[in-house]
Amino acid sequence: MDPTGSPQMRISPYRVFLIFSQISLSGFGGAMFWARRRLVEREHWLTDREFVEFLTLGQLLPGPPGLNLTVLVGYRFGGWAGAVAAVAGFVGWPFLIAIGMGVLYQYYGTLPIVQRALTGMSVVAAGLIFATFAKVVRVLPRRWQPILFAVLAFIGVGVLRWPLVWVIGALAPLALFAAWKESA
Amino acid sequence: MDRGDIIALFLHSLALWFVSVGGPSTILPEFHRYLVEANQFLSNSQFTELYTLAQAAPGPNFLYVTLMGWQLAGWTGAGLMTIAVLVPTMTFSLILGHMNQRRPNGTIGTIVKRGLTPITIGLMCASSTILIRAVNHNWRAYLLTLVTVTFVLRTPWNPLWLLAVGALAGVLGLV
Repeated sequence: MDPTGSPQMRISPYRVFLIFSQISLSGFGGAMFWARRRLVEREHWLTDREFVEFLTLGQLLPGPPGLNLTVLVGYRFGGWAGAVAAVAGFVGWPFLIAIGMGVLYQYYGTLPIVQRALTGMSVVAAGLIFATFAKVVRVLPRRWQPILFAVLAFIGVGVLRWPLVWVIGALAPLALFAAWKESA
Repeated sequence: MDRGDIIALFLHSLALWFVSVGGPSTILPEFHRYLVEANQFLSNSQFTELYTLAQAAPGPNFLYVTLMGWQLAGWTGAGLMTIAVLVPTMTFSLILGHMNQRRPNGTIGTIVKRGLTPITIGLMCASSTILIRAVNHNWRAYLLTLVTVTFVLRTPWNPLWLLAVGALAGVLGLV
C-alpha cells in the first residue's frame, strides 16, 4: 500500500551502492526504465505501486526526479548511510565517465557519429519509456476518478502540449481534493 | 574563467536547482541563457555538443552540467556543478523521506500519494508518446520502437543490446 507501510526491510549500504551503480551504468536512455527493472523486477525491493509512489514524490521535489527517487529509496532501506550509498552509486560512476568524455572532447571535439548513434538510441529509449508506462499502468485503481486524472494529464501534456507546470498546477489540487474526499 | 566567475556560476546553478521542480530539462534553457547568451562562457555549438555528449553516456541526464563544468574549469568546475545538483535534491528528499518514515501512514502523505499517482502515470504516457513522435522519422524507426516495447513486455531479457542495435542503426542512417 505504502512505501513504508510494509514490514521494515533493511539492506546494507554496500548492497544499496551496488544496485544503484548497476542502475546507473546500464542507464542509457533514461534511468527510469532501469530503476524499475532492478528495484521491482530483479530485487523485489518495491512493488509497482510503491515504485510509482516514490516516482510521484520524486517529481514533486526540486531536482532531477531520478535522483530524488534514488535518495528516497536509499534512505528507506538503509537510512542516512543508505541514501549516501545510493547517490554515490547513482552519480559517482557517471561523474567519472562524464569527465572522461570531457577529456576526449577537448582533444577530438565531437564526432557527427555520436549524434547519429544517439538518434538511434533514442528510438529505442522511447520504446523503453512506453514499456515502463505499460507495466505501471496496472496499478491504477479501476475507478473512474483516478483514470480520469491520468487521461487528463496525458491529454494536457501529450496531446495539447500545454506546459507541464500548468497541467500539474490545474490537476493536482483537484486530484488531491478527490483523494481527500475519498479518504474522509 | 576566473575564480569569481566560477563562484558566481556555482551560486547561480545552486539557486536554479533549488527551484527546478520537474527535472533537468526545465532548467536547460536557463543554463543556455546564462552560459551562452549572457556570459559567453561557451559558444552555442559547444553547448549543444556537450549536451549531446552527456546524453550519449550512461547515467542520469542531468550530468550535462558536470561535463560543462569540466569544460569551463576542470575538476573544480565539474565538482561544483555536480554539488549544485546534489545539495538541493538531497536536502529536500531526505527531509521528505524522514517525515515519511516517521509517519508512514499519515493522512497527508497517503492523500498526496493516492491523489497524484494517476497524474504521474498519465505524464509517463505523455512523455513516451512525445518522444516517440519526436525521434521517429521513418517506418524503420517506428518498427524499432515497436520491437523494443514488445521485447520488454514479452521477454525477461536485458534490452541493453537493443540500445546497441539502435545506436548502430543510427550510425548507418537507417533510423
